[in-house]
Amino acid sequence: MLAALSIEALGARFRDGSATPSAATEAYLARIAALDPKVRAYTAVTRDAALAQAAEADARFRAGTPRGPLDGVPIALKDVLCTRGIATTCGSRILEAYVPPYDATVYERLRAAGSVLLGKLNMDEFAMGSSTENSAFFTTRNPWDLGRVPGGSSGGSAAAVSADMAAATFGTDTGGSIRQPAAFCGNVGLKPTYGRVSRYGLIAFASSLDQVGPFTKTVADAALALRVIAGADPMDSTAAPVAVPDYRAALGGDVAGLRIGIPREYFIDGMDPEVERAVRAAVDVLRGLGAKTEEVSLPHTEYGLAAYYLIGPAEASSNLARYDGVKYGLRVPGARDLVEMENRTRAAGFGKEVKRRIMLGTYALSAGYYDAYYGQALRVRTLVARDFHRAFQTVDAIVAPTTPGVAFKVGEKEDPLQMYLNDVFTIPVSLAGLPGVSIPGGFTLAGLPIGLQVIGKAYDESTVLRVAHAYERATDWHTRKPVLS
Amino acid sequence: MSGPYETVIGLEVHAQLRTRTKMFCGCSTAFGAAPNTQTCPVCQGHPGSLPVINRRAIEFGIRTALALGCRINLANRFARKHYYYPDMPKNYQISQYEEPLAEHGTLEVAGAAGARVIGIQRLHLEEDVGKLVHEGELATARSSQVDYNRAGVPLMEIVSRPDLRSPEDAGAYLRALRAIVVYLGVCDGNMEEGSLRCDANVSVRIAGTDVLGTKIEIKNLNSFRHVQHALEYEVKRQAQALDSGERLVQETRLWDPDRARTVSMRSKEFAHDYRYFPEPDLPPLELDPAEVERIRAALPELPAAKRGRFVATHGLTPYEADLLCQGRGLADYFEAAVRESGKPKVVANWVLNELLRELPADDDAAVAACPISPARLAGLLALIEDGTISGKIAKDVFEKMFRTGEDARTIVDREGLTQVADAGELGTVVDQILAQNPKVVEDWRGGKKAALGFLVGQVMKATQGKANPALVNSLLGEKLPKV
Repeated sequence: MLAALSIEALGARFRDGSATPSAATEAYLARIAALDPKVRAYTAVTRDAALAQAAEADARFRAGTPRGPLDGVPIALKDVLCTRGIATTCGSRILEAYVPPYDATVYERLRAAGSVLLGKLNMDEFAMGSSTENSAFFTTRNPWDLGRVPGGSSGGSAAAVSADMAAATFGTDTGGSIRQPAAFCGNVGLKPTYGRVSRYGLIAFASSLDQVGPFTKTVADAALALRVIAGADPMDSTAAPVAVPDYRAALGGDVAGLRIGIPREYFIDGMDPEVERAVRAAVDVLRGLGAKTEEVSLPHTEYGLAAYYLIGPAEASSNLARYDGVKYGLRVPGARDLVEMENRTRAAGFGKEVKRRIMLGTYALSAGYYDAYYGQALRVRTLVARDFHRAFQTVDAIVAPTTPGVAFKVGEKEDPLQMYLNDVFTIPVSLAGLPGVSIPGGFTLAGLPIGLQVIGKAYDESTVLRVAHAYERATDWHTRKPVLS
Repeated sequence: MSGPYETVIGLEVHAQLRTRTKMFCGCSTAFGAAPNTQTCPVCQGHPGSLPVINRRAIEFGIRTALALGCRINLANRFARKHYYYPDMPKNYQISQYEEPLAEHGTLEVAGAAGARVIGIQRLHLEEDVGKLVHEGELATARSSQVDYNRAGVPLMEIVSRPDLRSPEDAGAYLRALRAIVVYLGVCDGNMEEGSLRCDANVSVRIAGTDVLGTKIEIKNLNSFRHVQHALEYEVKRQAQALDSGERLVQETRLWDPDRARTVSMRSKEFAHDYRYFPEPDLPPLELDPAEVERIRAALPELPAAKRGRFVATHGLTPYEADLLCQGRGLADYFEAAVRESGKPKVVANWVLNELLRELPADDDAAVAACPISPARLAGLLALIEDGTISGKIAKDVFEKMFRTGEDARTIVDREGLTQVADAGELGTVVDQILAQNPKVVEDWRGGKKAALGFLVGQVMKATQGKANPALVNSLLGEKLPKV
């Protein structure tokens, strides 16, 4: 079945002629048609455009001039990434009818690499959430248990890969929005170093944290996908001019002698014991492969969440100010004047969680409160980053759980604070701007995926992927598929 | 204004930078294009778009800061300033706040009581907003449209210290600042088109005290005249309020030029909370000291230095030098003509009295396009010097040169304007005039010396001004007593 194949396997079939990009695209479209009514990962399927792109890729393979490992590969994008001429909603009513006049740099690079766009993927509104329950349109379901959430905010992206409704997808991670849903859905979700991938065309939630990354079926695929999207961009001054290595070539080496840190603070009271057991077992696997494991301390971990919920909302309150009904997107009619129009548009256009964060952030930046809240959060951020810096003096990578628990039931977490706690192990990495990947690290007895997080030094995605790849080769978690009739 | 008060004024000047492209995107800054044709996702604030700093705007800012003797902050950064207004696409403006491009400069301003040094608090860069076009009057408009062509055009804000003590001071400061930005080529200085805008902070206090009075900000000062008038009005208003025992409140007022008064716009309680925070989309701007030095080395001579040099080396009066330095183009024109003719005083007279009759002193483009090049002006002056034409004829020739673009020699030859300096030829004319005016000759003899002037005039008239005036005088002096 073509739709079950990794990017690498699919590419091999395209090259040897035993399959074509069109056939693969048809297979994925058929699978979406059959399964997405249940999973609800897609906000839009761009069928005709996909088939046209696939036909072009077919021609390149026929002519013997494929563009590279992603040529002809069917992918999909979180609906936070701008696509010219294709609605980009950000999971929000306020952008429900918004059609961007330009492509995000990430999509431009994917298109240039020959990949085929299947459609856009559901998400928590403006990437604020951990379950897709904050999508203004519908909740995406976890392919392993349709009664459970896929995680968020990139829940559609994670669910689509697990359900074999795309060979790879691209999401964004601000405080865990790639890694947490990858953990919940049992696939590979990579958040690159802040600055590694251009944010141009990524609809901003928190500009100093947002980063684009791939969801894939294997670690090798993540390496291939990252190489295509990474690198400096004249349109994004925060995308660093750091050379992009051949991540795929860096895989396959063993991890013997590699020093791996296990952070003491990432095993906390109240976490799911099955998750803790799985992660400790994973550490044993790595030790068995010759890695030197040692406990490290990241003492400011417990303050990360609080700092994040000031910095993120502060930046969001600013970034979301532009949605006022004047220029694009929703405009509620019938207002008597400008201010009323703006107020009614924002009241109707934003959901509860978005409004909550706009208010939090506005407050945190107000005169007289700035230093106590935003300023203090920035200082904590520095301390969290310093924790990692110190730890990386003695270790090459850090291995930890991605989340304290596994996928929860739809509607289970109504208290926003309970929801925020989901990101307690991913947020510090985001605050420090470091690369992190979540890979399948086991299953609960009930059959739900458990995520293993590998964290690396800034711009050292190669080591992160190398450790993840070694673990993947030693285990078979990634070969399991959810049963979806 | 009543005696015991002292006025304290500080100005915030916004200068649009003459870069070809906008502050944070590649769109054109050209003025006057059809609405929203010079826009892109960035300057329209589309979701996902990001700003990229225009290096040329930074260079212009540094150039100005150096000319004002500011300290350049080699590490500076941009910040977001939030408020809702539909002409601002993102509902925040990318500006600079805690870490501006430059601080602590000075500007020497000529005043009635001699030159004074006004402190410059800071100079920073930001983006301009768009323009609202209302269908009819704002209050009753059926609809309003936004033109984002101007949104994102680079602005430089220069904030003075509260060192200005009168509306005249403020006017002089603004003129001096304008001259500098125009000299530096960073701004076209056009207040009417909004390339240069000014807000003023003004307060009055009991003379001799150090405590500042209640500060009032005045907006909408878009001409030199408005600045001065609004400040005069406001100083008087505040003094009268204090005289009558009123307490002033800190507020923002708008200058209404039609009714010649300021009106309250918002008081302090309604002041915006701009919620500034560092712009996360732009890394801190690190400047290379070598680059700053390169810009410093390339600075042109500034108006103050040029004025001093014109007085010292060309022997001009400070007043003449001041007038000639109103525009860099005019000053260059003057110096080029001096190089050709070697007579600075004469050149200055001709430039100030004749050339400025034809074109505005501060319009560099008009000066550059002047049909009378500096070399041609020198050519004209040479014809006076060697006696070919009189000064009076030369003025007519100058005007013709300006209209036709021809050189002086061509016009003089074609129109036969060469001065008559032949004693025989002129003597005949003088004899005729004396014969025709016996009454005047009689008057002269009777002691009415003014009669001589009349006779000179008659001779000049008879020769269409071509007679050499000195020769006419000496011939008359010789012949009159003999009549």
